[in-house]
Amino acid sequence: MKHLLSGNEAIARGAYEAGVKVCSAYPGTPSTEIFEQLPQYKDALYCEWAPNEKVATEVAYGAAIAGARSLCAMKHVGLNVAADPVFTASYNGVNGGFVIVTADDPSMHSSQNEQDNRRYARFAKIALIEPSDSQECKDFMRTAYEISERFDMPVLFRTTTRVSHSKSLVEFGERVDVPPRPYVKNVTKNDCAPGYAYQKHPKVEKMLKALEEYGNTCPLNRVELGDGEIGVITASIAYQYAKDVFPEGTSFLKLGLTNPLPMDLIRDFASKVKTLYVVEELESFMEEQIRAAGIPCIGKEKISNLYELNPQRLRQMLFGIEPEIRELQVKAVSRPPALCPGCPHRGFFYTMSKRKDVVIAGDIGCYTLGGTAPLNALDTCICMGAGFSAGAGMAKAFEVTGQKKKVFGVVGDSTFFHSGMTGAVEIIYNKANIIPVVLDNHITGMTGHQDNPGSGYSLEGEVANAIAIEDVLRAFGYQKILIADPQDLSAMEKAVDEAENSEVPAAIIARRPCLLIKRLKHDIGSCEVDPDRCIGCRSCLRVGCPAIMICGGKARIDANQCVGCTVCAQVCPKKAIARKES
Amino acid sequence: MKDTKSALLVGVGGQGAILTAKVLVNGLMQAGYDVKMSEVHGMSQRGGSVSTQVHWGEKVYSPVIGKGAADIIVAFEKMEAVRYADFLKPDGIAVINDYELPSLTIAAGLCEYPEGCVEAMQENFTCHVLNAGAIAESLGSAKCMNIVLFGSMVRALQMDGIDWESVIAETVPPKFRELNLRAYRAGYEAVS
Repeated sequence: MKHLLSGNEAIARGAYEAGVKVCSAYPGTPSTEIFEQLPQYKDALYCEWAPNEKVATEVAYGAAIAGARSLCAMKHVGLNVAADPVFTASYNGVNGGFVIVTADDPSMHSSQNEQDNRRYARFAKIALIEPSDSQECKDFMRTAYEISERFDMPVLFRTTTRVSHSKSLVEFGERVDVPPRPYVKNVTKNDCAPGYAYQKHPKVEKMLKALEEYGNTCPLNRVELGDGEIGVITASIAYQYAKDVFPEGTSFLKLGLTNPLPMDLIRDFASKVKTLYVVEELESFMEEQIRAAGIPCIGKEKISNLYELNPQRLRQMLFGIEPEIRELQVKAVSRPPALCPGCPHRGFFYTMSKRKDVVIAGDIGCYTLGGTAPLNALDTCICMGAGFSAGAGMAKAFEVTGQKKKVFGVVGDSTFFHSGMTGAVEIIYNKANIIPVVLDNHITGMTGHQDNPGSGYSLEGEVANAIAIEDVLRAFGYQKILIADPQDLSAMEKAVDEAENSEVPAAIIARRPCLLIKRLKHDIGSCEVDPDRCIGCRSCLRVGCPAIMICGGKARIDANQCVGCTVCAQVCPKKAIARKES
Repeated sequence: MKDTKSALLVGVGGQGAILTAKVLVNGLMQAGYDVKMSEVHGMSQRGGSVSTQVHWGEKVYSPVIGKGAADIIVAFEKMEAVRYADFLKPDGIAVINDYELPSLTIAAGLCEYPEGCVEAMQENFTCHVLNAGAIAESLGSAKCMNIVLFGSMVRALQMDGIDWESVIAETVPPKFRELNLRAYRAGYEAVS
C-alpha cells in the first residue's frame, strides 16, 4: 500500500526505518513537520525540541559519538547557527550514523534569504544527499546512515521547500534494528585539540576521495540513457522539473549524492551525449565543479540563480518558450500576512506605534509582522536573537554619536531561549542603553505551535519544568522586570513608561498566551460596532486587525474573524465598540 | 506531461483549501492515479494569500505548476482568482466563489478592493461562479463552504468516474459527514 506523504513526513518515516535512536531539532519552516511526526515513533526513539539549532546539532552529534544513530533538522538559516559543531564533526567523524537535515527555502516563502546550503557540505567537507520526492526522502535516509558510518562523517541531507512540503506516494519499509555501536573512550578521535586536529585533516581528505569513488557506483546516483543528443545532469526537485521540460530521448544523470560529485560518472555521462545541460536551482554548485573538470556544459548562463524554479520558468529560460497566459484588465491588490485577530502581540506594537523617537530592533517570529502597516512598529529584523544584540549595537552608536533615541529590543519567548539570552547578557553587562522586551505568548508561533523551554511541555508530550523568563532576567541582573498583559493597553503603556524612566536596569515581559494554543481554554467572544456612536474616524484601523474594516464610512467588525480581544474597543475615542455579552 | 491534469486551489489562510485538496487527492489515489500536491506553510498562513496545487496522471514529475499550466482554478475568494489567473491555461476552467474578503491593506483604506473580478475572469475563461458561502449557510454551517466548491469542481472537470461521496465520507470527521455530503451535492448542482 502506498501512502501520500510530504517530504518531511517521509524523512521522519525514513529515520524510523533506519533505526535512528536520538533526534533533536529546533523548528523552522520548511523543516518543522519532520519532528512533529517523530513522537508517533517514541517507543523506538527519543525526540526533542532543543533551544536552538546549535544545541540540537550538538545533542544529536553527542548521541552519534556515544554510538546511536542520530538526527537533527533545521531550516537553512538554522545551519548558520549550527555551523560550528558541523565543521568539527567533519574532522572528528562519527560512531553511530549522524544525519543533519537542512531544509532550504528558494523563493523565501518563509525566510529572510535564499542561501544555498549545498555549499555547506563542500565547505565542511562532508557528504551531501539530496532527495527529489517523498519516496526518496524516506529511502535515502537509510543510505545516509550507511554512508555516515562507512565513511566516518556527518551527512548533510538537503531538501527544499518543494521537496519538504510537496506530497507524493511512498511505499513503506520495515524498521531495521541497528544495535548501538559500543562507546569506547578515544581522545585522539573525539577531541579536536589542535594537535589531534592536525592529524585528522588528511583523514578527512582521504574519506572524501573514497566517497567520491563510491559515488560513481552508488545507487543514489542513476543514469537514464536516451538517444545521445541531449544529456542533463540534475538533482533534487530540479530533476522533476527537467523531466517535464526536456524532450523525449533526453538522457539524465540524476544525482542523489551530490558532495563529493562523482566525477568519473559525470565524465562518462558527458562523453555519451552531444549537448550537456546542468539543471540546478539557486547557485551553480554542480556546474562550477563540472566546468572546473574541463567538461563543457550549459547551465547558469540560461537558468537564473534567483528564486525557485518550476517547469514553466525552466522551459522559458532554456528554450525561450513563453507560457500562454491571458492578461486580465483587473489586478489583485496585495494580501500580506498579518497578526491574527486577538494576537497578543498587537497590543504591544500598537503601544509602540504611537511613540516618537523610538527605535525598535525586531526579531524572527510572528511578531515580525509588527513591522507591517499600519503598525509599522519595527526598525530592523535580521536573524534569531538580533533583536537584543543588534539593538544594543544601535544604542551604542546613538550614544557615541550623541543622538537622542530610545532603543527597544524585541524577541519572542522561544527566541529568548534560542539566542536572546546572550543578547540580554550583552545589554546588562556592557551597559547598553536599550530596553529588552520579551513578547511571551508561551509557544513557538510562526512555525505552527511547537513547545519551547518556557511552555512547560516536551515534544513527546511530557510535562516539563517551564523556565520563567523573569527568573532568567533577574539572575542576569535586571532589577526592574515589568510584566504586563499586552491586551490591556493602559497596563502596557504604563510598563513601557516605567521601563523608560527606570533608574535601574529594566526589562519588559508582555505576557499573554497565543490564542491558537490548543491545550488552553481561551475566552473567545466578539466585539460589535454601535453605528450610531461610530464617527468613522478610523482610529480602530490603526491596530491592524484583519477583522476590522470600514463599510459605508463606519467601522464594521467581521463576526467570523473577531475573537473579542477588545484592543480596538480600547482605542475607540467614542466608545462605539463593545464586546458582546453572551 | 501531456496526460496529466492539474488543479490550483487558491484562497485566504483558514478557508479550508487544504481539506478540499485532501478529498481530491484521496479520490485520485483510489482511482489509481499518480498524484503530487504542493502547498506552502509558514508565514503566508497568517491571513495571507494561499495556494495548493494538485497534479495527477499516469506518471507525474513536478509537484508544482507554472504559469499557463493549470486545467482548473478553484478560487475560495474572488480576488484570489484574479491573482492566480495567469496560472490557468487559456482553455482552463475557473470555479469562483462569489465572496469578497478584503485584505488588511484594503480594510485599512490603503487601497481599494478591485471592481469586476468575476467579470474579468468570465471574459477570459470558462467560469462557474457561485456563492458557496450562502449555499453552505443554507445547509447549516458556513464551514462546509469548501466542500460546496469541491462539488462544483467535480462537475466542472467532469470527474464523475470516482465515487466522491464515499471519499468525502472517509475523509471528513464523522460528525460532519452528513453536512459535507449535502454540501458536495449542492455544489455539484450549482454549476452546469
